Amino acid sequence: MESDELDAVGLLSDPLRRKLYRFVAERGREVGRNEAAEALGVQRTLAAFHLDKLADAGLLETDFRRLGERTGPGSGRPAKVYRRAGAERLVSLPPRDYRALALMMAEVVDLLGAEEEAERVARRAGERLARAASPADKGGDVAALLAERGYEPYEEGGRIRLRNCPFRMSAERHPLLVCSMNLALCQGVLAGLGVSEGAAELDPRPGECCVSISKNNES
Amino acid sequence: MHLAQLNVAHLIASLDSPQLADFVANLEPVNAVSDVAPGFVWRLKGGDQPTDTVKHDYGDDLLINFSVWESRETLWNFVYRSPHLPVLKRRREWFHRVAVPYTVMWWIPEGHIPSLEEGMARLDLLRAEGPGPEAFTFKEFYEPDGAFASY
Repeated sequence: MESDELDAVGLLSDPLRRKLYRFVAERGREVGRNEAAEALGVQRTLAAFHLDKLADAGLLETDFRRLGERTGPGSGRPAKVYRRAGAERLVSLPPRDYRALALMMAEVVDLLGAEEEAERVARRAGERLARAASPADKGGDVAALLAERGYEPYEEGGRIRLRNCPFRMSAERHPLLVCSMNLALCQGVLAGLGVSEGAAELDPRPGECCVSISKNNES
Repeated sequence: MHLAQLNVAHLIASLDSPQLADFVANLEPVNAVSDVAPGFVWRLKGGDQPTDTVKHDYGDDLLINFSVWESRETLWNFVYRSPHLPVLKRRREWFHRVAVPYTVMWWIPEGHIPSLEEGMARLDLLRAEGPGPEAFTFKEFYEPDGAFASY
């Protein structure tokens, strides 16, 4: 295992740093030092110190932006902003490599032309997830279950959108297969929770999950 | 440099048949998405109507898409991260599975409008010799300097 990975993850053992990382990740956009400090109720310099630590380790990416309305002379220096880095940090002890296996399996599906079978398998996996959900989630709270699976749901325009793709690396390599399986998995989750599965649709955006879910169709 | 892409699809029935009706109905909205997509540069149009498909002499069952983009990322985002994806997902309803590569990319100088013959020659090259700097795919991608890029 790369010691860089361990070092980066190790940084998050500091509680404030972990809160800052979560705060930036959950915004889904660039965050300035002031905004982060105010949200967490800490000094701006302290927030800046920890944000920069996270950036140095590659967990956050930085840029400089003029945050105010004013431009030109007198508008001040651009402010440093932070957003979650796209690179994955994977730590497994002992080392495991499910990514390489997933990519090989995807190629097998492709060679066999077994996309429909793959979608059926994914749907059943989604139904199982719903069955195994805690009693609270079984109340039909789709967002809570998807949050547990790492999808990072948020609401927009009457739909649940999913900020994070849990299968990002394999979806970049095999987008049609992985996105189709992901949709089937989400539909299986909905069906298992007793929600109309038609509520989940392929609705992709750059940088996010390919599925969104209508809230109106929820039972 | 700009990225040119050509892809061909073998229709299971003629474009005016009921089997292809949903595909034809999607032509206008999907073309509208591509034409305003970030990084879109150009596409070969079959005529003035939004549902006109590219005219060619490579066989009536062959549907050709041919376009130019600013980068791999902008093309990828259109293909897989836009309303094009749900339509693409239904491809088996309208097109035959083919065992040979059906999509090819290559780099062109900015401002150059490639000919259809040039595009089909790139596809032939990919089919004959496999991916290389002159003809490649999303999975086996080459940068403008000829370097292989692992995605």
